[in-house]
Amino acid sequence: MGNDNSTEMTIHLKIWKQDGPGKKGEFISHEAKGLSSEMSFLEMLDVVNEDLVRLNQRPIEFDHDCREGICGTCSMVINGEAHGPDKEITTCQLHMRKFKDGDTITVEPFRAKAFPIIRDLVVDRSSFDRVIESGGYVSVNTGGAQDANSLPINKPDSDLAFEAATCIGCGACVASCKNASASLFVSAKLAHLSFLPQGKIEQDARTLAMVRQMDTEGFGACTNTEACEAACPKGISVENISRMNRQFLKASIKER
Amino acid sequence: MSIKPNTELKSNAPSGDLQTKWQRHRFEMKRVNPANKRKFNVIVVGTGLAGGAAAATLGELGYNVKSFCVQDSARRAHSIAAQGGINAAKNYPNDGDSVYNLFYDTIKGGDYRSRESNVHRLAEVSNNIIDQCVAQGVPFAREYGGLLDNRSFGGAQVSRTFYARGQTGQQLLLGAYSALMRQVNKGTVKMYTRYEMLDLVTVDGVARGITTRNLVNGEVESFAADAVVLATGGYGNLFFLSTNAMGSNATAAWRCHKKGAFFANPCYTQIHPTCIPVSGDYQSKLTLMSESLRNDGRVWVPKESSKGKNPVDIPESERDYYLERIYPSFGNLVPRDVASRQAKFRVDENNGVGATGVAVYLDFKEAIGRLGKDAVSAKYGNLFQMYEKISGENPYETPMKIFPAVHYTMGGLWVDYNLQSTIPGLHVLGEANFSDHGANRLGASALMQGLADGYFVIPYTLGHYLGSTALAPVDENHDAFKASVMAVKAQEEKLFNIKGEKTVDDFHRQLGKIMWENVGMSRSKETLTKAIEEIPKLKEEFWQNVRVPDDRNVKNAEIEKAGRVADFLELGELMARDALEREESCGGHFREEHQTPENEAKRDDENFCHVGAWEHNSAGWTRHQEELEFENVKLVTRSYK
Ligand SMILES: Cc1cc2nc3c(=O)[nH]c(=O)nc-3n(C[C@H](O)[C@H](O)[C@H](O)COP(=O)(O)OP(=O)(O)OC[C@H]3O[C@@H](n4cnc5c(N)ncnc54)[C@H](O)[C@@H]3O)c2cc1C
Ligand code: FES
Repeated sequence: MGNDNSTEMTIHLKIWKQDGPGKKGEFISHEAKGLSSEMSFLEMLDVVNEDLVRLNQRPIEFDHDCREGICGTCSMVINGEAHGPDKEITTCQLHMRKFKDGDTITVEPFRAKAFPIIRDLVVDRSSFDRVIESGGYVSVNTGGAQDANSLPINKPDSDLAFEAATCIGCGACVASCKNASASLFVSAKLAHLSFLPQGKIEQDARTLAMVRQMDTEGFGACTNTEACEAACPKGISVENISRMNRQFLKASIKER
Repeated sequence: MSIKPNTELKSNAPSGDLQTKWQRHRFEMKRVNPANKRKFNVIVVGTGLAGGAAAATLGELGYNVKSFCVQDSARRAHSIAAQGGINAAKNYPNDGDSVYNLFYDTIKGGDYRSRESNVHRLAEVSNNIIDQCVAQGVPFAREYGGLLDNRSFGGAQVSRTFYARGQTGQQLLLGAYSALMRQVNKGTVKMYTRYEMLDLVTVDGVARGITTRNLVNGEVESFAADAVVLATGGYGNLFFLSTNAMGSNATAAWRCHKKGAFFANPCYTQIHPTCIPVSGDYQSKLTLMSESLRNDGRVWVPKESSKGKNPVDIPESERDYYLERIYPSFGNLVPRDVASRQAKFRVDENNGVGATGVAVYLDFKEAIGRLGKDAVSAKYGNLFQMYEKISGENPYETPMKIFPAVHYTMGGLWVDYNLQSTIPGLHVLGEANFSDHGANRLGASALMQGLADGYFVIPYTLGHYLGSTALAPVDENHDAFKASVMAVKAQEEKLFNIKGEKTVDDFHRQLGKIMWENVGMSRSKETLTKAIEEIPKLKEEFWQNVRVPDDRNVKNAEIEKAGRVADFLELGELMARDALEREESCGGHFREEHQTPENEAKRDDENFCHVGAWEHNSAGWTRHQEELEFENVKLVTRSYK
C-alpha cells in the first residue's frame, strides 16, 4: 500500500534486560531475522517478543500505548539517542527503513536518577506527575466559567502557548541530558500557562513551586547543552528554559 | 431511591418539555451537604476525558476520590490521541447553529437510535465545556482577532468544531489532567497509576468497590467505596487492528457485565473512513487521519481507463470523486458510516488503489492550490507529518492513501439518564457507556460526551445517588471482597498454568480476523452465524493452548494482554449475536439483507426502534429492550444527498 517498497532485513539487537527495580541489568544479544523495512521499531520488538515467547523465554518489557507519537509512553534510547536516529519523532514513530540490513542496534531505557527502572526498558516517570501536581495548572473549579469568547487572546501568544503545550511528557529531554535535567519539560508547562492571561495570575507561585519540586525529585541542573531540544519529539524550544530562569529569578526576588 | 437493580431499563429521565428536562432534573435531585461530602469514598476508574474530568470535579466538590488507570500517568489515557476537535453549539460563526440544531444533528447522525433526553442534555452542556476548557488554559485555535476558530465535521452543515491543530484530545486531556493533579495536591484525589481493575465487587447487588492488579508488582488487592464510576473507554481493540491505543480494552466493562451490568448495543461499531491502510502481517495498529481532513481533502478513485497509473498523472476527467458525485449536498463531509461503506464498495468493485487495491485516495491538490501550502500546513501539518513518517510518502505532493478502520464503539454498558448502570452504585461515563451516539457517532462528539459526562453530569447525579441511598458501611474485609480477590488470582493462575503453544497475540489476531470479515463493515445472517460458531471454538482453544510466560509478581505485559483477550473472546460473540438479532441496518450496523436499491442503510423503526441490552446469566445471555420514544424529532430516512 503506501508501502510498496518493503525489503527484508536482519538486525542484531543489544537490549537492556533488568529483572526488577534495583536489580543488576545487562545487555543481551538477539538476532532478529525476517523483518520488513516497513515495520515500525515497536512492531519489530513485537516480533522479537513473540519469538521469545515461542522459545519459552521471557519477553522484553517496554512501555507503549498510542503508537502514533502523542501519548508520550514509549521511551527508549536507541543507539545512544533518546527515541532513536530521526528528528522530531517518538520511538513508536521510528521505522525500520531508517536502518540497514545487518545493522547492530543498541536499545536501553531512559536513564536518570529521577526515572528509576521498573523492568528492562520500563521506567518510573511519576516524578513528572509530581512536578505538575505542585502547580502546573490554572486554579479554576468546574462550572461558572465565563463565555469563552469574552476573553480574546491575541493569536501569536495563543500560538506560542500551544507550541509549548504540545509537550507529551515523555522524558526524552531528561534522558538525553548529561545532567538529567527536566528543565525543558518544566519550562514548557510554565510557558504554556504564562503566555495566556488565564495562567498569568499564578505565574510567580507556579514557577517557584514547579522549579523547587523539580529539584526535590533529583533532576539535575541545566548547563545549556541544548541536547534536550535536539531530542524532543515535539521540537519544544530551549527558549522556554531561559524564560523560566528569568521568571524564577523575578519571582524569588519578589518572594523575599 | 430504590436500591434494586434497574433490570426494567427505566431511563429515569423526567417527562415533559425536552428543553427544560435537565434543568428540572437538577432542581429535583437530592444533594449532599458540603460538609458531608468528604465522608463519601468514590472510586473513579479511568483518567481519560470522562474519568479525568469526573475525578477532578468530584474532588473539587469535596468527595474522597480514588482514581485508577493502567497507564503510568493519568495524562496518557487514550483520549490524548484524539485529533480533530470537539463540538459545541456556540454559534460563534453565526451560521445558524443552536443547541437544538446540535441535538438534532446528533440524533439524526446516530440514525435515530439514541435517547432524546440524553442527547439534548449533551448539546446543552456543550457550550459550558468550551468555557471551562478555555478557563483552564486549553489553547484552542484562534483567529487573528483573538477569538476562537471553528471548523466543520461530518454530518453537519455548520462550523461548530473547536480544535487545537490536530491535537485537540491532547490539549483537552492535559486540561483535565491538570485539574486532576490540582486535586491530588489538595489531597481530595489519590492516584493509582499502573493499576488494572479486574473485578467489580458488589454487596447485596450494589457496587461497593473494585479489585485490581498492580501492574508493577502483580499484587492483587481490593478497594471499597460508596460508589464506583467507570470511565474505561471503548472496545474497538477487539478487532486487533484499530485506531485505539494498544492498551485500550473491554476488561473493566466486561467484568462489570459479568457481575450484572447490562451491555447495550454491542454491535454498534464505528469504522472510520480515513485511516492509513494495513501494510503487512506484523501490523500492530492502524493510524487515523483525522476527519477534519475531509474539510479540504477530496476522496476519489481512478476511472476504469486510468487504473494503476500514478495518481498525480491522472487528469481530473479520469477521477471519480464518488462522495461528491453521490452526495452532492454533503459531499466529502458525509457521516463516517456512509463514507466508509462507499470506500468499501469501490474496493469491492475492484476500483481500489495501491499495491493491494485496498485503499482510496484523499487528495489535497485542490486545497493547496486554493489556500496555499502554508495555510494547509498550518491546519493539518502534524497529520501530514504523521502520514509521511508511517507511509514514507509526502502528502503535499501525492494524494494520501486511506481505508476504513475500526475506530469507536457506540455500544457499551447500559446507563439511565443519571449515567447509572443496571447495578446500583455503578455509574458509567464516556465511551464505556452506550448513551448518546445511537448507531453512529458524529465526528468531534466523543470528546464532547466524555467531558459532558465527567464535568457536568456525574457531579450532580452521583450526589443524587449518594444523597438518596442508605448504604451500610463495608470495607475490604467483607467476604465479597475476599471472594473477588480469590477469583482474580485464580483466573491469573489458570492462565499461567495452561503453558500452551500459541501466543496471546496469535489468538487476538485470529479473533480480529473473524470479526473484521464477519462482523465488520457489512454483516449478513450468514457471516454472523459463522462468527457465532467460530468465536467460541477459538475461546476454547485459548483456554487450552495459550502460553503466558514469565512470573506473576513482576511487570508482565503478556498476562495483562491475556486477561484482556480472554474478555474480547466473549464480547466478540455477544457482538455477533447482537448484530444477528438486529434485523435492520442503521448507522454503523449494516446488514446486507436490509438495504435500499442505492445500497443505503434501511432502518426498521417498527421493530427495532429500541436499545438491545444484554443480561449475562448462566445460560449465556438474555436480550432486553429499552424502547426509544421520539417526542420531538420525526423519524425520517437519513439523507445526505
Ligand atoms: C485516533 C483517535 C482520534 C480521535 N479523534 C477524536 C476527535 O477528534 N473528536 C472526538 O470527539 N473524538 C475523537 N476520538 C474518540 C475519542 O478520543 C474517545 O472516544 C474518547 O477520548 C474516549 O474517552 P474516555 O474518557 O471515555 O476513555 P479513554 O480516554 O479511552 O480512557 C480510558 C481510561 O480508562 C483506563 N482503563 C481502561 N481499562 C482499565 C482497567 N481495567 N483498570 C483501570 N483503568 C482502566 C485507561 O487507563 C484510561 O485512563 C478519537 C479516537 C481515536 C482512537
Ligand atoms: S506510544 Fe504513544 S508516543 Fe509512542
